[in-house]
Amino acid sequence: MNAEEYRRPAPRLPAPQAKEWLAFSKRGVGGWAFLLHRLTGLVLVFYLFLHLAVLSALARGPQAYQAMLAFMDSPLIVALEVGLIATIAFHALNGIRLVLMGFGVGVRAHKALFWVAFVLAAGLTALAALAMF
Amino acid sequence: MAEVTFKIYRYKPGAIDPPRYDTYRVSIEPHTTVLDVLEHLRLDDPTLTYRHSCHHGSCGTCGMLVNGKEVLACVTRVADLKTDTVVIEPLRHQPLISDLVVDMTPFFEKYEPVGMPYIRESEYLPHSQPPEEVGAYTRFENCLECGLCLSACPVVGSDPDYLGPAALAAAARVVQEPRGQDVPTVLAMVDTEEGCWRCHAAMECSEVCPNDVDPGGLIMFLRRELLTGTSRSGGKR
Ligand code: HEM
Ligand code: SF4
Ligand code: SF4
Ligand code: FES
Repeated sequence: MNAEEYRRPAPRLPAPQAKEWLAFSKRGVGGWAFLLHRLTGLVLVFYLFLHLAVLSALARGPQAYQAMLAFMDSPLIVALEVGLIATIAFHALNGIRLVLMGFGVGVRAHKALFWVAFVLAAGLTALAALAMF
Repeated sequence: MAEVTFKIYRYKPGAIDPPRYDTYRVSIEPHTTVLDVLEHLRLDDPTLTYRHSCHHGSCGTCGMLVNGKEVLACVTRVADLKTDTVVIEPLRHQPLISDLVVDMTPFFEKYEPVGMPYIRESEYLPHSQPPEEVGAYTRFENCLECGLCLSACPVVGSDPDYLGPAALAAAARVVQEPRGQDVPTVLAMVDTEEGCWRCHAAMECSEVCPNDVDPGGLIMFLRRELLTGTSRSGGKR
C-alpha cells in the first residue's frame, strides 16, 4: 500500500468554540494576560459607544448637558470611572507589552512584564482614585 | 505506598457514548508515573486505550490532560501531583478516537502549509562540537510532536484553521537553520492571518511544552523577522 492510498480523509476537528477563551481552570500568567486584555478591550469598545451616547446630550442643548454632568458627579458613576481608568491603564500597558513581544523584545520575560503592567496599572488607578474622591 | 483515586475519561464511539469517567483506586510508589498506572489498569481492562511508546519522554505520543494540564504521562509522577484524586483526560482540540487517544492527523497536516517535512535531513556538521560551556546554548530542535501545545492554546480551540504553535515553531526553525530550504517562501507561508499573526501571545504553549521548544517565543521571533527583516539568511521584504 503506498502512502497516498493509506491517507485517510482528514477527520473533523471539534467545532470551534469561543468559550475556549474563557477556559479559566489551568491558565498560566500569559493566559490570564490574554483573557484580561480581551475583556478590557471589549469593555473599552462598549465604553466608546457609551461615551458617544453621553456626549450626544450636547446635541440636546446646554441644559441637557448640565443635567448629565450633575448626574456624572454621583459616587456610583465616579466609582465606575475609576474602574474605567483601571481598564484603560491595564489595556494600554499590557498592549505595550504585547507590541514589544511582537518585536521579539522581552518574550522570555513576559510573565515579569505582565506583573509590571499590572502593578503600574493598579498604581495609576489608585492615584487617579485619590485625585477623584 | 499510597492509595490514589484515578478518574479516567472513557469514550468509545457507539459503545461508551456519551463519554463517562471511570474511577479506580491504585496504590502508587514514589516513582510511579501516570503511564505506569494506565498500564497497570489495562491488565484488568484491555479496552482502556491510550498512546505511548518510549516511556522516557522522547517519542511524544503519551500526551494527555492530567488534572486539567497537558503533560507527557510517562514522565509525570503521580506523587508529584500531590492530590488524592487524579483526573486523566484526552488532549483538547484534536478529534477524539477512543478514551485517551486523539487523532493526530490534523496536527501533522499543519506542518505542510509551513513547508516543513515531518522528517528533516540530519547532517554531520564538522564545526558543531559543543564547547565546554554547552549550558549557554538553548537547543531548539527539540519538538517531540506531542501536540501538548495545540491542546493548551486557547486560539487553536476557537479557530481550527490556525496553524498553531508546533507548526509555527517548525517554520521558525527553518528560518533559523534553513538546511537548504527556501527561507523567504517559508516566511511568506506564515505571514498570513492564520499564521503567526493569529497568535495572541497567551504563551500557554510554551508553558506546557515538555521540551522547552518555546513555540510562543518562536512565533514572536517570526513576527520580528517579518517586521524587521533581520534574518541573516534572507527574508527581507
Ligand atoms: C493605549 C492604547 C492601546 C493599546 C496600546 C492597545 C493595544 C492592543 C493590542 C496590542 C492588542 C492586540 C492583543 C492581542 O494580540 O491579543 C489590542 C487588542 C484590542 N484592543 Fe487595544 N489597545 C489600546 C487601546 C484600545 C482602545 C481605546 C480600545 C477600545 C475602543 C481597544 C480595544 C481593543 C480590542 C477590542 C482588542 C481585541 C482584543 C482581543 O482580540 O483579544 N484598545 N489592543
Ligand atoms: S512544541 Fe513542544 S508542546 Fe508543541 S508539539 Fe513540540 S514538543 Fe510538543
Ligand atoms: S502563544 Fe500563541 S500559539 Fe502559544 S498558546 Fe498563546 S496564542 Fe497559542
Ligand atoms: S511514551 Fe514516549 S514521550 Fe511518553
